[in-house]
Amino acid sequence: MITTTPEPLEVAASPMERSLRRFRANKIGLCALGMVGLLAVIAVAFFVLDVLGIPWPMDPDATNLERKLLPPDSVNWLGTDNLGRDVFSRLLNGAYISLTVGFVAVFVSLFIGVTVGAVAGYFGKWVDNLIMRFVDAIMCFPTFFLILTAVALVGPSIFNIIIVIGLVSWTGTARLVRAEFLTLRESAYVQAARTLGQRGPKIIFRHMLPNAAAPILVTAVLGVPEAILAEAGLSFLGFGVQPPQATWGNIIADGKTYILDAWWLILFPGLAILIAALSFYLTGDALRQAVETRSERQ
Amino acid sequence: MSQPILQVRNLCIDFVLEDRTIEAVKDASFELAAGETLAIVGESGSGKSVTALALTRLLPVPPAVIKGGEILFDGESVMTMDAARLRKLRGGRIAYIFQEPSTSLNPVYTVRSQIGEAIRLHRRDVTDVDAEIVRWLDAVGIVDPAARMHDYPHQLSGGMQQRVMIAMALACQPDVLVADEPTTALDVTIQAQIMELLGSLKERFGMAVILITHNFGIVSGFASRVLVMYRGRIVEQGPTEEILRHPQHAYTRALIDCIPQLGSKAKRLKTIDHAAIEAA
Repeated sequence: MITTTPEPLEVAASPMERSLRRFRANKIGLCALGMVGLLAVIAVAFFVLDVLGIPWPMDPDATNLERKLLPPDSVNWLGTDNLGRDVFSRLLNGAYISLTVGFVAVFVSLFIGVTVGAVAGYFGKWVDNLIMRFVDAIMCFPTFFLILTAVALVGPSIFNIIIVIGLVSWTGTARLVRAEFLTLRESAYVQAARTLGQRGPKIIFRHMLPNAAAPILVTAVLGVPEAILAEAGLSFLGFGVQPPQATWGNIIADGKTYILDAWWLILFPGLAILIAALSFYLTGDALRQAVETRSERQ
Repeated sequence: MSQPILQVRNLCIDFVLEDRTIEAVKDASFELAAGETLAIVGESGSGKSVTALALTRLLPVPPAVIKGGEILFDGESVMTMDAARLRKLRGGRIAYIFQEPSTSLNPVYTVRSQIGEAIRLHRRDVTDVDAEIVRWLDAVGIVDPAARMHDYPHQLSGGMQQRVMIAMALACQPDVLVADEPTTALDVTIQAQIMELLGSLKERFGMAVILITHNFGIVSGFASRVLVMYRGRIVEQGPTEEILRHPQHAYTRALIDCIPQLGSKAKRLKTIDHAAIEAA
């Protein structure tokens, strides 16, 4: 009788560690994450300085008609707009607003989406049917116009925009979580937990949610640029954050009149939106590759 | 003879599908004495797993419908138990181990976390959970249990995973252990080790075991009594020796003939001819 127990292979301990390892190997993902970090630092720094009352590098709302529509120079690094306001300072203000809207709106949509999806997926049957037909109905509306209509009704303000974006963008998350839960519900370890006499809520929170965490995290990160773009679009159309408060969207809106004379009014906020959205998308994509565990799960 | 720990009388289970109804278990009756080893043998779809899950009402209802019959555990009707009592019964009194250990363990938790969960659920009196985990891992023959309990399931081999599942089931100190094809997913040498382990644990802790299998080969020498299921019906039951020597039902004979014999001159392995059995 052979009674040896094989030495365990040297593999990274937790699934999270392995995901981290894979993420670290992804150069594009790391760069994108770096950009996201930089944006976050800028936003937080701006917020802190704003609270302390130190406008840096200048007050984004201070007008100076003697220095209006100037191209980038040593005083105004990214030029000035038609009222002589410093574009760089306004971009920083915009970063703060964009990221706030992005993160908080995603948090709202995640909360609703995960709850609704989990309920539908866990209970199944008519509960699932009822909820998912409702989700389908919401998904029939083009999201942006739904947001536009809702903001027109409740009035534009940062708070309203965040809530509205959050309230209309949870459907994708709900579908995803539902699909994950339908699979997880039938998985052997959930069945095993049931044979062990574990109670329903404990099965959901201990055995199902952590196994659905990876795809949820990925949609969350990919949801941030959607919210940022939605906010920029709204602000561009004048339904978003109201002037004089500067956001990337309304800087472009203000600048479009001077597009032939003052390229810096369009280019820099446009680049800011592009870089922010791209960084989040690429981070999300790298994250998706890093947490992809299907091949290992079997 | 003392009162059997488990009594199943005239159990009938249907699966109601959209277009038809399948009779999964038809009029099944059997008893299990405390500490006894019973094997339920039959091919896929014969109703053996359904019967086992029905013991603690684990079948999803619908589509499953328990049409009739009675299940008594320790004299108490399982059919009328409320949710709280059922949860105590599941795992605490009747524990299960399944075919596929790699999917029965949750990939995101360590062995310690999962066995600990079972212990905290059913044995509130245990204060040193870690020591208890180590004790059971050691009992199922895992080397260096104090280190291995921090492993995740994917770091263990299939045989070790099944040992962990067995440890988890035993840690709740059940009266009945239901082993649903515990070795089917493992290779043959590990199969032998696991069966040997189950046998010695049964001796040591004295629980009753229900072994569900399609393989008569592992039944002999393990189970004292055999129950043969065919198309939802119990076609034959009795002492293992008796059934192996003098199978009465054509299906039982066919199943026994399926076991490849060492040194047999036959060129092809035998298969089951259902038409012949129906005719018999």
